[in-house]
Amino acid sequence: MLSRTAENLYWLARYVERAEYLARTIEATLRVTALPNTYIGKTNEWDSALLTAGVSASFYEIYEEADEHNVVEYLSFSPANPSSIKNCIENARLNSRSVRTALTSEMWDNINSAWIDLQEVWGKGTKTREELAKFLRFVQETSLRFDGSAYRTMLRNDAYWFSRLGLHLERADNTARILDVKYHVLLPEEEHVGGPLDYYQWTSILRSVSALTAYHWVYRETLKPWLIADLLILNDSLPRSLASCYGNLVRNLDQIGVAYGRQGAAQRHARGVRNRLEHSNMDDIFQHGVHEFIQEFILDNARLGEIITKQYLI
Amino acid sequence: MAVAFDEMNGPGGEIRPAYQELSRWLKETPPEALEYRRQEAELLFRRIGITFAVYGDAEAQERLIPFDVIPRIMAAREWALLEKGLKQRVRALNMFLRDIYHGRDILRANIIPDDLIFQNPVFRPEMNGQHVPHDVYVHIAGIDIVRINPEEFYVLEDNARTPSGVSYMLENREIMMRLFPDLFARHRVAPVEKYPDELLSALRSVAPLNASSEPTVALMTPGVYNSAYYEHSFLADKLGIELVEGRDLIVKNDEVFMRTTEGLKRVDVIYRRVDDDFLDPLTFRPDSALGVPGLMSAYAAGNVTLANAVGTGIADDKAVYSYMPDVVKFYLGEEPILKNVPTWRCREPKDLAYVLDNLGELVVKEVHGSGGYGMLIGPAATKATIEAFRDKLKREPEGFIAQPTLALSTCPTCVESGLAPRHVDLRPFVLTGSNHVTIVPGGLTRVALKEGSLVVNSSQGGGTKDTWILDE
Repeated sequence: MLSRTAENLYWLARYVERAEYLARTIEATLRVTALPNTYIGKTNEWDSALLTAGVSASFYEIYEEADEHNVVEYLSFSPANPSSIKNCIENARLNSRSVRTALTSEMWDNINSAWIDLQEVWGKGTKTREELAKFLRFVQETSLRFDGSAYRTMLRNDAYWFSRLGLHLERADNTARILDVKYHVLLPEEEHVGGPLDYYQWTSILRSVSALTAYHWVYRETLKPWLIADLLILNDSLPRSLASCYGNLVRNLDQIGVAYGRQGAAQRHARGVRNRLEHSNMDDIFQHGVHEFIQEFILDNARLGEIITKQYLI
Repeated sequence: MAVAFDEMNGPGGEIRPAYQELSRWLKETPPEALEYRRQEAELLFRRIGITFAVYGDAEAQERLIPFDVIPRIMAAREWALLEKGLKQRVRALNMFLRDIYHGRDILRANIIPDDLIFQNPVFRPEMNGQHVPHDVYVHIAGIDIVRINPEEFYVLEDNARTPSGVSYMLENREIMMRLFPDLFARHRVAPVEKYPDELLSALRSVAPLNASSEPTVALMTPGVYNSAYYEHSFLADKLGIELVEGRDLIVKNDEVFMRTTEGLKRVDVIYRRVDDDFLDPLTFRPDSALGVPGLMSAYAAGNVTLANAVGTGIADDKAVYSYMPDVVKFYLGEEPILKNVPTWRCREPKDLAYVLDNLGELVVKEVHGSGGYGMLIGPAATKATIEAFRDKLKREPEGFIAQPTLALSTCPTCVESGLAPRHVDLRPFVLTGSNHVTIVPGGLTRVALKEGSLVVNSSQGGGTKDTWILDE
């Protein structure tokens, strides 16, 4: 297939995934900031939201204070933020239009309707928290429908595999960013200094990757910060864990490699990262420094993006 | 009956402090918007599947409990007092049960008459001398609280068997946060979401000594036809534990196992939502198809913990209830923090005579009744009903108690004509584990939707509200 087509499919999936992640982050932050101070302490959770979205620097070029109004506006609707939800959906549609024939009609219909709603229903942003809540739900439902229609209707060929690469690479990046910002509340008991205040930080982390119920099913335990780290980093059964994302990246790259009869740097790099995750355990990671581990992962993941681009997309 | 105390509009018409912000918000919000939200809430309840069944009502097998979108609000200070009183009461209930099934000091001290215990159908002789881990009998208690003025809270009932309603406490909150994010953000409401986590840790803490360090907990339900089935499935999911029916369990060598795709797996703690009578056909009702043959012998061998323990019905008997203030003093040596509603025990001739003379003003309840079934509310009853009750009382006086008709507090509630005061009660859920008693701040507020009605039970047309404890 054309490199450009593959590139569009790859970015289409990334944008949709990012929009959903931003919506979840805002939702989880709204929830945690509504708590009384005795439950959450005095940290600025809106600042954390900017950091996990990776747009802190550009935000402060425009705004002075990270409060609910400014951060929601910037993450959701701001034209100045290249990865605001609005821009993500607009870019997703732009990408879809240029590869209209590589998409099934169900996928196109879904992205296009979302884009129409974005203009007609959400064109003026949201004025109240009620409207915002509806908007965030709309974004998540769009992503669910997009993902489901791709899964159910696309041919299993390179078009599908490239779109999955975009999704899993973006997802791994998002999970790693939350861990990067919040790692300090996830340290094991002996290093732990937070106290009971952290409980709601933990649930908030789990909520933003839709893993709160999953946690209980996996560990059958009350919330323990080091198990949350284990779930998000190493547990292959959680779709948003780093391990699961890399399992999928390796599989989809392999399919491409087999179909094209050639393996390359992307396959090798992805396998390298996956092997490291497979052979790690949380004790080692904590010993090595969880923060260092995550930062290294974020760089590795970005590198995979660059390699895929070089090998296939340009 | 005196005019009821309204929790929002104080006696002089002033807005009470905890309701200031709500009252402002109500003034800003047009009634249509409120009505629209109410419909949305109903849709959500239906979509999530939060339903219950009413026994004896074939047409409406699955019904929604009406949800009132106006929250009931309490200040931190009011809650702190309640919390202290609830913990005290549940500690006493557990000590009472331990004593009844062991040394029986309280009977020897002549505080409670022997026959009230031994003649009582919910007393379980099987439990005599039986050890339960950490002496916890009532792991989950639902204590029904009513309020009659700003300072006075009364315990109406202790539910020590299989109290239900906690899923409504949790789901009501989720739905309020979804539908009224703004109203929510304008308050500082203490969260209730930790309940499943605390329940799981309480259940794990009472595992048998011979269980592994990672005990297996399961929730046992009578099945999909039970009125509280939604709650059973909801809780099992939140806790990440298997939802089992009797047929999923098997007893071998006095150990309980569940049948899984990988073979038999030992179960250490069963959070059972099945009544004593149906637990084990070999010990209790032989016709029970809901239970597990041999469960009681595994229990007696100390290989499985049942939560709540068998035989806790004796602590939520309404005649035993009338002795609770003395029970608290006897075991804890403290004055009870929460009051008891004055109660006439119809088993005592003097009390019976009084009750028969004053049926028109009293509330009469069956000692083992629940769900608001089989009770008489004198002031609201017809002459014929009162006479029918008079006959029942004369025939079987020990089956009943009577209480004065309390003027339960009211809260503003959405009704067809707008907002109007309706009577409410509160059921907080008290958890007892190996070494601690915990309560998430809040509980289930039930509201009698009919004007003037005092019956809040969902089976009798009651609804629910979200309960907000404000942090100060």
